[in-house]
Amino acid sequence: MNCKEEAIALMHKYLDDHLTQTEEKKLRMHLQACQECQTHFHELKRTISLVKSSSPVSAPQGFTSNVMANLPKQKKRNHYTKWFRNHPFFTAAAVFFLMMFGGIFSAWTEDQQVTVSKQENLVIKNQVVIVPEDVTVNGDLVVRNGDLRIEGAVNGDVTIINGDLLKQDSREDSPLDGEKYMAYVSGEVNEVNQVFEWVWYHIKNTWESVFSLAKE
Amino acid sequence: METVIKEKIKQIKKGNQAAFEDVVSFYQNKVYQICFRMIGNAHEAEDLAQEAFIRAYTNIDRFDERRKFSTWLYRIATNLTIDRIRKKKPDYFLDAEVKGTEGLSMYSQIAADQALPEEEVESLELQTYIHKEILALPPKYRSVIVLRFLDELSLQEIAEVLEIPVGTVKTRIHRGRETLRKRLRHV
Repeated sequence: MNCKEEAIALMHKYLDDHLTQTEEKKLRMHLQACQECQTHFHELKRTISLVKSSSPVSAPQGFTSNVMANLPKQKKRNHYTKWFRNHPFFTAAAVFFLMMFGGIFSAWTEDQQVTVSKQENLVIKNQVVIVPEDVTVNGDLVVRNGDLRIEGAVNGDVTIINGDLLKQDSREDSPLDGEKYMAYVSGEVNEVNQVFEWVWYHIKNTWESVFSLAKE
Repeated sequence: METVIKEKIKQIKKGNQAAFEDVVSFYQNKVYQICFRMIGNAHEAEDLAQEAFIRAYTNIDRFDERRKFSTWLYRIATNLTIDRIRKKKPDYFLDAEVKGTEGLSMYSQIAADQALPEEEVESLELQTYIHKEILALPPKYRSVIVLRFLDELSLQEIAEVLEIPVGTVKTRIHRGRETLRKRLRHV
């Protein structure tokens, strides 16, 4: 057996308690024959017992109270951060809803100016958008923050956000009053006045655009 | 004891700071011993051990309760101590690793057989002498030797504390043991 490598490796294995029975036998045989290795083995064992014999040290007096005195004060927010860390799904959902509703609300309150989707040939007067008699709007019409009066015609849907569809008071008695003015609008008429309607309108719009995309 | 400690940790996580006191008093000697044997100076050891406990407390939420608390705590303590050793290391050190060798230090270049004068051995208290020899080991051998023989951790536990493979732990223990053998054979 090679003293330098094999035998010493076995000694360490023995000291780590990882020696198999055959290896132990091999080592014992070698130690009986080799004086040098016997000394080496003896020295190793003695070294360990010397190291182990050094008396255990203990922490100085008042160590625990020192540590306790130096602990950072507990923070209240710890509780919330802990909760968020433990519930990542809820945290993500909460952030999502916060941003979604935040976006919608801010869009709702944003500008109070009258805006119309199609500006051509329309008359805007005192927050009222008028489709003049001789004008036909082709396509959908969206009015924000203002009322709409249709004297002409709209070939498409009408959506009024934060406003009313005005009856044509100048022609109260004309046969065009009441439901009949609907005849001027070939599509649907939507009035959106509440935040929740506004949200619903948004969701509907999103769905429609998703489906129209899908169709394409 | 492990179950008691587990219970205490649950309470600490819930915000009961007082529960930490029992944890500190239970582990203080172990943690202090690791720091002291590795840094070699009582004042710094106390400082490091205290820092280790404070870090354990502030990071208690990161502790995985399925693991052994002592392993996690010892890891904090050894990492802090090794960092400190690195910072205070003078530019020339006998136990600095010789370039291009794994674990060969200047110590191995010095004839270890040179016997200490008889009276010196006698005058030095044996304990102090052994302590000094452990400190003379390069930090990476020092940590495994301290954890293995003074704290009597298993090889697997040492591997977890130091976050190194068990094979590396074995190699370091063997080398550390051989170095100490050379230094202590005349005692």
